[in-house]
Amino acid sequence: MSIAIQEILAKYPNAKPDSLIPILQHVQEQMGFLSEDSVVEVGKYLNMPTSKIFGVATFYNQFRFNAPGKYHVMVCRGTACHVLGSATVLDEIEKNLRIKAGQTSKDKLFSLEVVACIGACGLAPVISINGEFHAKVTSESIKTIVEEYRNREVQQ
Amino acid sequence: MMADKSYLIEHVLNHSEKEQLNPEVLKQLRVLRLEENDKPVIFVGAGTCGLGAGAGLTMKNAKTWLDEHQIDADVIPVGCIGLCSSEPLLDIKLPGKKRISFEKVSGDRVNGILDHVFAGTLPEQPVLGQFKNQESQQEWVGVPYLQDHSFFKPQLRIVLENCGISNPVSIEEYIARDGYRAYLNTLKLFSRREMCDFIEKSGLRGRGGGGFPTGKKWNMALANEADQKYLICNADEGDPGAFMDRAVIEGDPHKLLEGMAIAAYAIGATKAYVYIRAEYPLAIERLVIAIEQARNYGLIGKNIFGTGIDLEIVIKKGAGAFVCGEETALIHSIEGKRGMPRPRPPYPAVSGLFGKPTIINNVETFSNLPTIVNKGADWFSNMGTATSKGTKVFALSGKISLTGLVEIPMGTTIRDIIFKVAGGIPNGKKFKAVQMGGPSGGCVTEVNLDIQIDYESLVKVGAMMGSGGMVVMDEDTCMVDIAKFFMDFIQRESCGKCIPCREGTRRMLEILESITSKPKNRETHEPLARFKGVLQLEKLGKVIKDTSLCGLGQSAPNPVLSTLTWFRNEYEEHVFDKKCRAGVCQNLRVYTIDVENCTGCTVCAKKCPTNAIIGGRKQPHFIIPDKCISCGACEEACNFNAVKVS
Repeated sequence: MSIAIQEILAKYPNAKPDSLIPILQHVQEQMGFLSEDSVVEVGKYLNMPTSKIFGVATFYNQFRFNAPGKYHVMVCRGTACHVLGSATVLDEIEKNLRIKAGQTSKDKLFSLEVVACIGACGLAPVISINGEFHAKVTSESIKTIVEEYRNREVQQ
Repeated sequence: MMADKSYLIEHVLNHSEKEQLNPEVLKQLRVLRLEENDKPVIFVGAGTCGLGAGAGLTMKNAKTWLDEHQIDADVIPVGCIGLCSSEPLLDIKLPGKKRISFEKVSGDRVNGILDHVFAGTLPEQPVLGQFKNQESQQEWVGVPYLQDHSFFKPQLRIVLENCGISNPVSIEEYIARDGYRAYLNTLKLFSRREMCDFIEKSGLRGRGGGGFPTGKKWNMALANEADQKYLICNADEGDPGAFMDRAVIEGDPHKLLEGMAIAAYAIGATKAYVYIRAEYPLAIERLVIAIEQARNYGLIGKNIFGTGIDLEIVIKKGAGAFVCGEETALIHSIEGKRGMPRPRPPYPAVSGLFGKPTIINNVETFSNLPTIVNKGADWFSNMGTATSKGTKVFALSGKISLTGLVEIPMGTTIRDIIFKVAGGIPNGKKFKAVQMGGPSGGCVTEVNLDIQIDYESLVKVGAMMGSGGMVVMDEDTCMVDIAKFFMDFIQRESCGKCIPCREGTRRMLEILESITSKPKNRETHEPLARFKGVLQLEKLGKVIKDTSLCGLGQSAPNPVLSTLTWFRNEYEEHVFDKKCRAGVCQNLRVYTIDVENCTGCTVCAKKCPTNAIIGGRKQPHFIIPDKCISCGACEEACNFNAVKVS
């Protein structure tokens, strides 16, 4: 049994079923994803069947069931981004990182996720890497951006 | 002396009328509003959009500059003023001078601007304007007023009043801008029923999309006796292309809290939730701070200002499901279940969260309330059209010169918004359509640009108000592709509960995919199938509209039906001519090799994933059309510009 999960659950005393989503969000924030063990653990705590928890977790886009990479790339596919060419941007990133949306690269450095809308439509197309926003990206500028993160890794 | 909590409570919040405040207090408030300052203040527009454009570096460089020059000044991150395309924005307020705004202040431009301004001169570029009010302060000579800028002049800012201007995480500044007076007056001067009637009289309608009269909804909840009632703020802005809720919360979180507090009192709720997207971390952060500050001032909590009224406000982070914008789905999500809608009635106002009467309103609706209470129901209902009162915030994006947030009075024409406020279409391109209302809405074309915006007129032309996203498209946008984009979105976001929406949207997507993909085999019935598809689209759309359970399904076919109405010729071109006039649908592109330019280097043949290119070394190459999948790899590979697309 993981101590980290116990610590998270301890912050939700007398939890009722409506605490399920906040707990899952907390777990994902700390661990990066929802592992099978953590879901079982949460189920025991809330006295809910694991199947039910998976049912809820898989319904929402936010929850991941694989470990993300060190740099989590989110590509916005909102309407404004689409009109200004986010499809080509996504293509280029997939080619560059050699992974598809939803996957993590083999060296665990990058993971890629498509999100419905980041809410920065005025600066479309937008991507976000570990919460840092990059505005008005093109298939050209993507290469430099990704390279920058790769270099960061080399320097460390 | 800076006015602190006890000073503000005693001298400002305990007075119902602004006119009762004495001159000394008014001066303190001007200081708090940073209109009269002893040391210089630098404001940086640091909403999510500003940060995306590089405001972080701008702020850092400004601080470094101040350190280097040993100048004591405040650097304050503010929200977004709405002019996203000019980000990052930097304002400077020197003591005794009016506040002045600069646009596109990237990190490297900071030093130049500060050098000039602190020396009392102006840099050549890029002054946006100076603030018009602040009468006691000296003007910058030759600088236009910000309020006269073509982007701001037609606007009427009620909800966005303080966004980008005031410090969002300072309750003192909010109080100095008349904040929380409306709430305290509501508690002291209005009964619950009077408040509900007052808002009904003002004509305010829900800004989240449906446009249901807010006061009427409240009266329904008020009429239901219950030991516990709930209020929910819907900030789950899932509609791609809309970002006003984010901007309002990032720029002025206290206005939302005050609006919610007024509504909670009116319906008799003691617990309120803000259901906000987890994708908006900055908005959540500022909201948490604002709630803490309001609690510290005793504006939230038990026995508020001795009136015996209690209110608790809790933040619930959404987990990313578009359907949770629907009332009953949102309620299920807060209860910790899958966010699936249920049939109505009973309406949430009768039986909502945990089976108790619940009112759900949108961020913009709540943010309108404080000003309506302060200025009166008649003031509000005098603005707008016969059926839609007040203002509406729109998020402008897409192929348009100035992108951002605008708040305009109802009844303005769409043409004015696009061509006057936002400066029209860039690069000399032609306007094609504006998509309004997101995945539930439709397109407005050239012929309908002169309609006056209100809830009814938009529905009449096949679009809808929605949450107010306006995505502008020019001639380079393919309307079939847009329809496909929305269908793909809806199909993924359909919760799966009812069959018309779950299965129907998928079939519609398949039809759209079929007409935008390369015809595979001419001998089969495929051409016929493509043709029939368009006929089916209309029929399918109508069935989905009529039979779906919730608003998401009922409006899901709108983007397709709307583009079918206005751009039928584009659909026909895709079906019969297998051509996309905008060149967006990649699969319909035809690639050929120009014999004149081809040197026979064989690079393209090596790159081609389907071996569709033939030709010997140093001989011109050819593409076999039946094998080509239009991936474009040859065009990218060719160094001699020999691959042509049509």
